[in-house]
Order: sequence, then structure tokens, then C-alpha cells
Amino acid sequence: MARTLITFPANARRGEIIEVKAIVAHEMETGFRHTQLGEAIPRDIITHFTCGYNGVEVFSATFYPAIAANPFISFSTVATESGTLSFNWIGDNGFSVTETAAISVS
Amino acid sequence: MNIRIPRRKFLLAAGGMAAGMVAVTISKAAAATEAEMKDAIGKVVGTSIVTKGKVTLDLPPLVDNGNAVPLSVRVDSPMTAADHVKAIYLFNEKNPLPNIVTFRLGPRAGRASVSTRIRLADTQTVVAICEMSDGSFWSGSVNVVVTVAACSEDR
Repeated sequence: MARTLITFPANARRGEIIEVKAIVAHEMETGFRHTQLGEAIPRDIITHFTCGYNGVEVFSATFYPAIAANPFISFSTVATESGTLSFNWIGDNGFSVTETAAISVS
Repeated sequence: MNIRIPRRKFLLAAGGMAAGMVAVTISKAAAATEAEMKDAIGKVVGTSIVTKGKVTLDLPPLVDNGNAVPLSVRVDSPMTAADHVKAIYLFNEKNPLPNIVTFRLGPRAGRASVSTRIRLADTQTVVAICEMSDGSFWSGSVNVVVTVAACSEDR
């Protein structure tokens, strides 16, 4: 289970635009590097990131090897109702991490 | 035997040759992946026309470390159900792959502003293409000078 760090305001007013930041620990091996013996190091990256708001997808991203190690992503969403935000990272070699966090909207 | 060529003529000819060689090597080095980037952009936009504007790409003009370059992209859009950004695509010229990342957003984003950290293999131009809900495409680009490239440790 890879470590993740997610930040956004826990309380928000209805209709407020909140900024969400998410990091996951991952090497993002590009597949273009070689060992000192000249063997190619196989690609191992995160390919998809999605953010759901009470089950509805509000943001998603497709990553390529040009994304830096420990992918950081910052985006915004409108605080519509209290509930949970879910974050999902999917990658090579069966990598999958899901995190959820609560938001209360007044 | 002594062939006499006027000095001015000789210098002009030599200068011309040198300039020609430089031009050739530069276009050869850059053409391969610039064409790949155009192909990759073509796959996204199809036959639509891409207009410059609306997209602001923020990258440091001088990058010390190409392994993690902060990038943020902003699109001028009201982000309403009728008029919003559907997707933002990022491309580069000189990394091994022309694609960097694709963001998909909608009216629930509230604001078309996304940040991440990318890898850059060389001094190059980064291009952002934005797809609007009405099907139009807009673009913005920025030149970045990279002093230490990503993945340079195994070269």
C-alpha cells in the first residue's frame, strides 16, 4: 500500500470552489532507463488518477512516463454537499490505491 | 601551384558553408520528435483548428533539475454546464514520448486550473491543448531551458 497525502478544506460553504491536492508515493519508472549492465528497466508507472465526489467522477488524469516520481496533482472542485471524496490511482503491475476523506458542507 | 581566390569570395563561401551545416544539423536533431509531437496533437484534435489563446501555461523559464518541474495550467473559461473545459492535454518536443499528461474535468471543477510536476529531458517547448465543451481547441505554449535533464544518470 503506497503512502498518500491528500489535502483539502474539511469544511466548506455550499458552492465554494475548493482546491484539492493529492500525492502518492510511487517511483514512476519510465521504462527508458537502463541498468549499468545495459538491461532495460521495465516501465512501472501510475497510468490513471480519478477523483470522485459522493461517487460521481469530478476529475481524472492519464499519466505518461513524463510525470515526476511521487505524482503530485492539484485541481479544484465545487463543494456541493457533505459527503466523501474518493481518490483512486491505478498503474502498471496491478498497482491500485484508493483513499477516501470526508468533507462537510454548510 | 597556387590557386588565387579573392579573399572576400573565399570568406563568403566558407561562411555560407558553415551556416548551411549548422542549419542542417539543428533541423535534423529537432525534427524527429517535433514531428512526433505534431502527430500526437493530431491524434487528439483530428481535423479541428487549434487557436492560440485562453490557455496559460506556467513553468519556470530556467529549470535546474529536469526530474521534477512544477507545472500549472489555467484556462480562461466560466466553467458552467453550457461552457466548460472538457480536457487539457500536455505535450513536449524532446522527451522520449510526446505526451506528458491528460486532465479531464467538467463544470464541477469550478475553475479550470490544474498543477502537477513533470520530467523534462532537454531544453524544449511544452504545449498545452485545451478541449472546450463546444468542441473547439485552444493552445498555449512555453519555452523551458533545462540545465540538468531527467534520466541523465544512465547516459
